[in-house]
Amino acid sequence: MAKRIEASNVTAYYGGFKAIENINLTVEPKTVTALIGPSGCGKSTFLRSINRMHEVLPGARVEGSLTIDDQDIYDRDVDVTAVRRMIGMVFQRPNPFPTMSIYENAVAGLRLNGVRKKSILDEAAEKALRAANLWDEVKDRLGKPGAGLSGGQQQRLCIARTIAVEPQVVLMDEPCSALDPISTLAIEDLMFQLKDKFTIIIVTHNMQQAARVSDRTAFFSIEKTGDPGRLIEYDNTQKIFSNPTQKKTEDYITGRFG
Amino acid sequence: MTTTVTSHRPRPATTPDTLRTKRLPRYAAPAIALAALLVAAAVVLGAGIGNWVLVVVLGALLYLIGLYLAAKAVEGARSARNRTWSALIHSAFVLAVLPLASVVWTLLSKGVERLDGDFFLTSMNNIGARDANGGAYHAIIGTLEQVGIATLITVPLGILCAVYIVEYGRGKFAFAIRFFVDVMTGIPSIVSGLFVLAFWVLIVSPWFNDGRPSFSGFAAALALSVLMLPTVVRSTEEMLRLVPAPLREGAYALGVPKWKTILRVVLPTALPGIVTGVMLAIARAAGETAPVLLVAGGGAAINFNPFENNQSSLSLFVYQQAGDASRFSPARAWTAALTLVALVLILTIAAKLLARRNRLGR
Repeated sequence: MAKRIEASNVTAYYGGFKAIENINLTVEPKTVTALIGPSGCGKSTFLRSINRMHEVLPGARVEGSLTIDDQDIYDRDVDVTAVRRMIGMVFQRPNPFPTMSIYENAVAGLRLNGVRKKSILDEAAEKALRAANLWDEVKDRLGKPGAGLSGGQQQRLCIARTIAVEPQVVLMDEPCSALDPISTLAIEDLMFQLKDKFTIIIVTHNMQQAARVSDRTAFFSIEKTGDPGRLIEYDNTQKIFSNPTQKKTEDYITGRFG
Repeated sequence: MTTTVTSHRPRPATTPDTLRTKRLPRYAAPAIALAALLVAAAVVLGAGIGNWVLVVVLGALLYLIGLYLAAKAVEGARSARNRTWSALIHSAFVLAVLPLASVVWTLLSKGVERLDGDFFLTSMNNIGARDANGGAYHAIIGTLEQVGIATLITVPLGILCAVYIVEYGRGKFAFAIRFFVDVMTGIPSIVSGLFVLAFWVLIVSPWFNDGRPSFSGFAAALALSVLMLPTVVRSTEEMLRLVPAPLREGAYALGVPKWKTILRVVLPTALPGIVTGVMLAIARAAGETAPVLLVAGGGAAINFNPFENNQSSLSLFVYQQAGDASRFSPARAWTAALTLVALVLILTIAAKLLARRNRLGR
């Protein structure tokens, strides 16, 4: 199920501004990869270019090649919606659909893509909510608005919504930055479980979190404001945090810079 | 930290030592108001220079001054300013509500005279100047049909236009559309009526009517939709812009196509606001007289068919009855005005309830 992602020479622009340059990186299936680095270094831009969310913004474009199991997702004849169904995404702030109930939010991806049969939807909702460790908390109020949950629950609802469409890769853009430590722990636990089925790439500002959840870590950085972000070092998490090759990485993880 | 260091230049303490200050007693404000009114009454009525309206105005002014002085003496300058501005804001609210209350009261008190079955069940057909009965049945039908058709035309067109501007439009074309919608907002209703008269009634309608131009309720609906369109487009546009971008991205990230995201996520989220905008447009259209007079022509008889012959409308009925040379017609005009306001109110409440039910989900 889970797939390998290979980025080669990925460069992304916002209009005339080059946000990242020549990123080369391979993500193995069924692993958690953390992207760390100072603000503005292009981690999120790179993450968003993996499921073609970058181009949603006006003037934004991507060059280079990004393949998922040897299919280039930027090929001309690739359907964007198919890419996004294969590569799901969880955002920084929980964004459940305010007009939908918890149940409808959980199966939004299926319903909006044309699945109507109630038995399938019911099953998918329970499965996704259980996988997101949310089922026990919401099973008695599935008809209530999704926006009425707490922040941590909303974020788990968004994760449930993402995995309900059974993607192969899950991208997480600072999924815990708006959450308290307990909810953060719940989501980190969840990542360990999801790793069995999905390839996970997470952007985080929290280095302890990167160290706790990820197998591999990529460190991004910029020379100075206005320069494009570059991949400085990419290795096993253990190695990055104990014995990085690059001086910059060491400076960053020891807190001397950024 | 409160500094107790004495400097050679004493400065006012920025950090107070105590949190308590002297306050005017609770009864002070009403007492000042009463005193101000009494003084005003004594002055105005005593000198015989005006009636109770001047008493209230002068009393309000005296109250503001008295309150300021009393507060300043007891509580200090900041508190006095606060009290004065609060009182000013409350008076502004009262001033804004007074005309509204007055309109409602006038409509109710004068409209109730002809609020009978006859009014709602008969038309003005064969009603002469000496007949006390007669009603607005034909006008109510006209208003409902014309506004209904105008809404059917305007709402889809306006919402689609707003969706284009917000979700798809890029560059000069979208800018031009926005600009012309803004220009349309300023079109006087008589101009939209003239436009439909020249275009529809004189040029198009003869094709359907053996070569003779014909007034119709539909022509009135067209003129009204010209007036409604900019309101619907602009209010919908504002509401769509308020839908947070992360919601759209959330849907895109699930592999939902853009059109479906707009239809199933963006529009439902903006629905309550869109409904409010549509209701404003409908309220405006229902109150328009000039275009209906120009292109539907009015008429005393019941005409259910909006596509042929003259039709009246409530606002036109009000206009005609108010100017009619009969001692019975003013009462009819008032009742028709009351009916029109009630109609718009009922429609607004119904639409809000519907929108809210959709929003809460099943």
